[in-house]
Amino acid sequence: MTDTTSQHEISAEMQAIEAEARARVAEGNAPELHPRRDYPPYRSSILRHPTHELVRADPEEIERHSPAFGHSDVSPLESDLTIQHNAEPLGERMTVSGRVLDGEGRPVRHQLVEVWQANAGGRYVHKRDQHPAPLDPNFTGVGRVITGDNGEYSFTTIKPGPYPWRNHLNAWRPAHIHFSLFGTAFTQRLITQMYFPGDPLFALDPIYQSITDPAARARLIGVYDHDLSVPEFSLGYRWDIVLTGPKSTWMESEEAHD
Amino acid sequence: MTESPAARYVQTPAQTVGPFYGFALPYDGGAELVPGHHPHAIRLHGTVFDGAGEPVPDAILEIWQADETGALRNERGSLARDGFGFTGFGRAAVDFGGHYTFTTVEPGPVAGGAPYVLVTVFARGLIHHLFTRAYFPGNAELNATDAVLAAVPADRRHTLVCVQEGTGPTGAASYRFDIRLQGENETVFLDFDA
Ligand SMILES: [Fe+3]
Repeated sequence: MTDTTSQHEISAEMQAIEAEARARVAEGNAPELHPRRDYPPYRSSILRHPTHELVRADPEEIERHSPAFGHSDVSPLESDLTIQHNAEPLGERMTVSGRVLDGEGRPVRHQLVEVWQANAGGRYVHKRDQHPAPLDPNFTGVGRVITGDNGEYSFTTIKPGPYPWRNHLNAWRPAHIHFSLFGTAFTQRLITQMYFPGDPLFALDPIYQSITDPAARARLIGVYDHDLSVPEFSLGYRWDIVLTGPKSTWMESEEAHD
Repeated sequence: MTESPAARYVQTPAQTVGPFYGFALPYDGGAELVPGHHPHAIRLHGTVFDGAGEPVPDAILEIWQADETGALRNERGSLARDGFGFTGFGRAAVDFGGHYTFTTVEPGPVAGGAPYVLVTVFARGLIHHLFTRAYFPGNAELNATDAVLAAVPADRRHTLVCVQEGTGPTGAASYRFDIRLQGENETVFLDFDA
């Protein structure tokens, strides 16, 4: 089913929600750190968000622990998405590196990071991806790594392309890499997406804009880091991930990057 | 304004798992915390529904639980199943009918509390995952002492308790835990102030 709402109408809906969120912050409320589950411009959220308030619960022992992963679970080769086939994939080769931290800035050690992404043409290896961009026989787009002693991770891959989706007429997702992370407590479980600096699609994308606070949105954007670029080989992006943080602490001076 | 150390570590926002996790997140044996022939194997299954009562065909669930003695395991191997070790972690994508199935064991009480399986729901259209708990109907006494069940309005409490369906052909007990993201009998979802 294709929604024929125009981008203009979707953008107006998003701007109205952001204006309302900005007014709430101006009244002294903390900015929202996470996306809204109820975000009508993202049409699929309308029937898929709970209407009751979540019930606040103290985490018990189960929630305070997390499954253990180790090098028996993940091969070191899985962090390089460019060597999984017989030849090199097409696209702009890059590395994405960073650290996984908890809310106090402590490294999240020896935990699982999973990524998946579209190829350089914006096509996923997924039977329900109907985008008529070509598949790349040399690119699957799945990677895994176990974080190191300082919470560090690194993937070698190619830059994914933006792709169309059917949220509304002429809807395009900004280029992104899906990330799945575990912490030391299951309450830290996170699935999110990393974006690339300067993407012109940010302002148009309801999934990205479902985070109403500009500073919070900016936390999903990797930073181009020339020191991570490898001469004659790849460009480098740095993206640190914080799994839990002080829910009420925020910075007035933090600037929006989009 | 001076930047406090805490403010530098503000949590990274969540985003939806999207529709295309299917080639990345599911893995061999992910839904089998124990093999089906395990002497204490149970089937934990159900359907994920949206606010219109329609099955959600693109959700993926994770469970995390203690073993049948109430012990939390800290064994590696949550992805690389060897068929013997129990790690307590499972992951299952729903089918086109929104239905998921785990093969696991009924957890025992952890520190004397009511046993439950922690359930995490990810889906296309669900922008930020949801946590809930699946309690078991056979533990009425312990369930009556549980802080979360007590905090939930009585008319919603049943959404946190599996329905026992008797035993299947292999003799394994079967429990149904449907998840309703919205609407009538909406599942109780939990926010852990962690
Ligand atoms: Fe995507």
